[in-house]
Amino acid sequence: MIERKADPKSINPRELGLKVGLEIHQQLDTKHKLFCNCPTILAREGEVEDTFTRQLRPTRSEFGEVDVAALFEWRKGRMYYYHAPRSHSCLVEADEEPPHEINREAIVIGLAVAKALGSRPVDEIYIMRKIVIDGSNTTGFQRTAIIALGGAIKLPSGKKVGIETIAVEEDAARKMKDEGKYTHYNIDRLGVPLIEISTSPDIETPEEAYETALTIGQLLRLTGKVKRGIGTIRQDLNVSIRGGVKTEIKGVQRLDLLPKIVLYEALRQYRLLQIRDELRKRGVTENELRDAARIVDVTSVFKNTQSKIIKRVVSRGGKVLAVRLRKFHGLLGVEVQPGRRFGTELADYARFWGGVGGLFHSDELPGYGITSEELREVYKLTGAVEGEDAVVIVADKELNARKALEAVVERAVQALYGVPKETRAAQDDGTTRYMRPQPGAARMYPETDVPPVEVTEDMLAEAEKIKPVHPLEKIRQLTEKYGLSSDLANQLLRSPYLGLFEELASKYSDKVQATYIASILTNILRSLQREGVPIDNLTEEHIESIVSALANNVISKDAVPDTIKYLAENPTATIEDAVKALGLERMSLDEVERLVEEAIEHNIRAVKERGLAALSKVMGYVMPKVRGRIDGKTVAEIAKRKILEILEREEEKG
Amino acid sequence: MSEDPLPGYTGVAREVLSRAGASIGDKVRIVTSDGRVFVGVLMPRYSIKPKPIVVLKLDNGYNIGIRVDESTVVELVKTREAILKEAAAGAPAVIPLLEERPAQKPRERVMVVGTGGTIASKIEYETGAVKPALTAEDLVEAVPEIATIARIEADVLMNILSENMKPEYWVKIVDAIARHIDEGYDGIIVAHGTDTMTYTASAIAFAFRGLPVPIAFVGSQRSSDRPSSDAAFNLIAATLYAAKSDYAEVAIVMHGETGDTYALANRAVKTRKMHTSRRDAFQPINDKPLMRIYPFEKRLEPLQPPLHRRGEQELRVENGFEEKVALVKYYPGMDGEIIDFLVDRGYKGIVLEGTGLGHVGEWLVEPIRRAVDNGVIVVMTSQTLFGRINMNVYNTGRKLIAAGVIPGDDMLPEVAFVKLSWVLAHTSSLDEAKRLMRTNLAGEINPRLTVDLYPRWLQ
Repeated sequence: MIERKADPKSINPRELGLKVGLEIHQQLDTKHKLFCNCPTILAREGEVEDTFTRQLRPTRSEFGEVDVAALFEWRKGRMYYYHAPRSHSCLVEADEEPPHEINREAIVIGLAVAKALGSRPVDEIYIMRKIVIDGSNTTGFQRTAIIALGGAIKLPSGKKVGIETIAVEEDAARKMKDEGKYTHYNIDRLGVPLIEISTSPDIETPEEAYETALTIGQLLRLTGKVKRGIGTIRQDLNVSIRGGVKTEIKGVQRLDLLPKIVLYEALRQYRLLQIRDELRKRGVTENELRDAARIVDVTSVFKNTQSKIIKRVVSRGGKVLAVRLRKFHGLLGVEVQPGRRFGTELADYARFWGGVGGLFHSDELPGYGITSEELREVYKLTGAVEGEDAVVIVADKELNARKALEAVVERAVQALYGVPKETRAAQDDGTTRYMRPQPGAARMYPETDVPPVEVTEDMLAEAEKIKPVHPLEKIRQLTEKYGLSSDLANQLLRSPYLGLFEELASKYSDKVQATYIASILTNILRSLQREGVPIDNLTEEHIESIVSALANNVISKDAVPDTIKYLAENPTATIEDAVKALGLERMSLDEVERLVEEAIEHNIRAVKERGLAALSKVMGYVMPKVRGRIDGKTVAEIAKRKILEILEREEEKG
Repeated sequence: MSEDPLPGYTGVAREVLSRAGASIGDKVRIVTSDGRVFVGVLMPRYSIKPKPIVVLKLDNGYNIGIRVDESTVVELVKTREAILKEAAAGAPAVIPLLEERPAQKPRERVMVVGTGGTIASKIEYETGAVKPALTAEDLVEAVPEIATIARIEADVLMNILSENMKPEYWVKIVDAIARHIDEGYDGIIVAHGTDTMTYTASAIAFAFRGLPVPIAFVGSQRSSDRPSSDAAFNLIAATLYAAKSDYAEVAIVMHGETGDTYALANRAVKTRKMHTSRRDAFQPINDKPLMRIYPFEKRLEPLQPPLHRRGEQELRVENGFEEKVALVKYYPGMDGEIIDFLVDRGYKGIVLEGTGLGHVGEWLVEPIRRAVDNGVIVVMTSQTLFGRINMNVYNTGRKLIAAGVIPGDDMLPEVAFVKLSWVLAHTSSLDEAKRLMRTNLAGEINPRLTVDLYPRWLQ
């Protein structure tokens, strides 16, 4: 029997034949959106907006294929509620005006990145429509175009990861919330140009996946033409192990989660292969499994049940259906990822295909108000053998419950063969959940409203000009121009703040040392994050306001960490609020002088006897009283001066 | 005529492709003279500009353009037939859009007359071609909701781009509709391109002097191959109007606002396409909508009474349109020769789109008088669209009246044009023609313009 717990430490992904391909999406910092003249910045809250609601109908291919995920949403009467801020969207985003010609600036940036990666541009760029029916595109498709093919990215380790394609495409609308049958989206982000870089499946470890994403991200930032900040870069993954199946994982927002997600997916596929082997050992065949898996109405068993869920469903006219899974006893409780059992995978299928809330399975029963007597009855009615078979129970409207259990049986059959082909969604704890089956053929057709664009010599020459410099060259520039250590320069390069640093350094370096600005953006932020400060809440405006306050002597260096912490925890607050709340108004020099005099008075004997050697005593008196309202260096200078004055006076007297 | 195997390809591109025996939809391998290798399905080049570029669809679904020259090598990998056969074999079972069938078949019979545009279609992902749904089965498969409202049948009469519509086609459409009403259909839907929908719908409204059933004109502003298309929504609304309403009027049934909430049935002869691209482009001018239709709830909400209710009138058709009628828009400095030309070429009617209350430059009074003296009917409408013609207020107007111009009341210029075309085909008497132009035949003249019949930007 298999270990119940799934322990990530128990596997070596490289030995399992891990293969990972990445799709990196990064917003470009162009003047206008990809297919209209709207700006590429997001709307502020409370801006004047128009709203409208729409439905999206699944379209069919010539073979009658429809996208099942889209179909289910549509059948449920899913509507999309769009918020259209007037300064950040127009009729094009509202799907009320055909797209304009594609933004040339975005293509040139894409070509510049292609050059840096050794990709070869296509000769003519064709814009395609990729069907996406979750409402995130008002049109029901995303406009996307391949601009270059091939190339490679070299990791710091020296390993080369191949590039398959580079595409320029439109970003989707921002999902705001789900509310009943309405999903709310803000269309300000819709149409912002993205570059999509797809790598070959050359990545062999979770760490390499991280390094690849980081190195590509760094290269993109070095163009100086990409958006900065949270949510401007997103990753999708394709993961497989030997004997497993290429699984798509969508929506990885946080880079630091990437290695964990890869590791957990390798683990999941490994565990599914273990379950397959166990089933083979138990000698169950597909025919046997299917024949035994009759869906049975077991509502009568739960006449007097204590299970609140079942009671509620039955009182509303629902049914309790159950199915027998031949020789699955014990396997539904086996974890495939930490905290996710094989039963959880079955439940995902039940939810997606049956639209039910969830299921009960025998490996977790008795429990949830279901007694062992009831369970025994269900075993009996489904013909299941206790200790050999598993049973799955769903309580819902009869049609839904039936569809849910049919999907459970299909998923169980796939377990006999290992890993099913799926698209999965990344979750915050590094695990993934079943999202939908992988779409069959690429659902793409030409965007005939936009003419193709020939890649001209002019464009390539423009691209050459903004081609990102080599990271080593950038490090040399940073050390020379700003006097950064090469270590600090390297840290900046790997952080998302390189662009912000250059901007702040050029604005404030006459008043605040560039090295200090760099360490705010690297060491200080990192150590605050380690302490659990939510630094993701910080905007570039927050950080600039702190540097600016430093430059204008509003706050002292000593107060910087506390100020950052305050703004991260109160993102709607301003620097002025922070200064007030933390009592950080910089002390006037007069005040400091008075405090120093008081300190000298207090320690007058030591000062008179030991002169400057008494400085630490004076400082020890003053510093706790100024608490970051002035920096120690200034206090020390004043104290030194005052002590010397006293000594001089003493000498004159003496 | 055999179909061109390489549409859009000319010059060297065509040469290297034909040399390989490749045609659209075949999988080919291309080796360019600089050594790059591409494999993909050959696509048509829909760009108008001739360039030595070959378009391939790669395995990932993307199209790219590859520059070719004399030394480019093209090899045929697999034929289109073989690709389609494989794809069809691997395709999963067709899932219907709606699972539940109506408990009992609806009673009402509705005929959908197709004239062009693609109110329902399928995409061929292999080539990106959009294929129109031509049969009732196709229509119902694409928009199954309509089968829950009425028994749908289809008659694809023609397939004409909206801008290529002509009065001679109006005659065919009138005949087809008349035949179907005679066959006992409870309502008619005419699927039509949106650009000239008002003209055709008005032609139908004038030709049916007795109309016992509703006729809904419907189209789409977003083509039906896309998930956001307005076609299905509009078609469901049109089916509701044709099957369930008791308004025996010709209406244009399209989106009522930008969102998918309600459609409006607007009186054809008072409705104008007022936007190049919006879903709610069709707006009534000098009039209000006839009814609001909620397609999802299958609910009709009358907003004003119809001219006639279902079954009040017997079917009576007066088909035919005079083609020697012109619609002329006045502009500052317009030369009188333009009027003279029309008269000399034997035109029988001219609808003028004048300024303001119904004016043209005073130098046009003489050419217009000459036209009238030659038996040409001249009708005045306004470029302002909103409001009524009144040629008594200013001197030029009075001179035009004296020259024999007929004021077109609050008629839309396009509608006055269609009406005059119809009138001139059905009377040879000038006096009778003049009388008919001033008579409200199909709701095209609103005798009372109230304060609310005008759009406002600020509330």
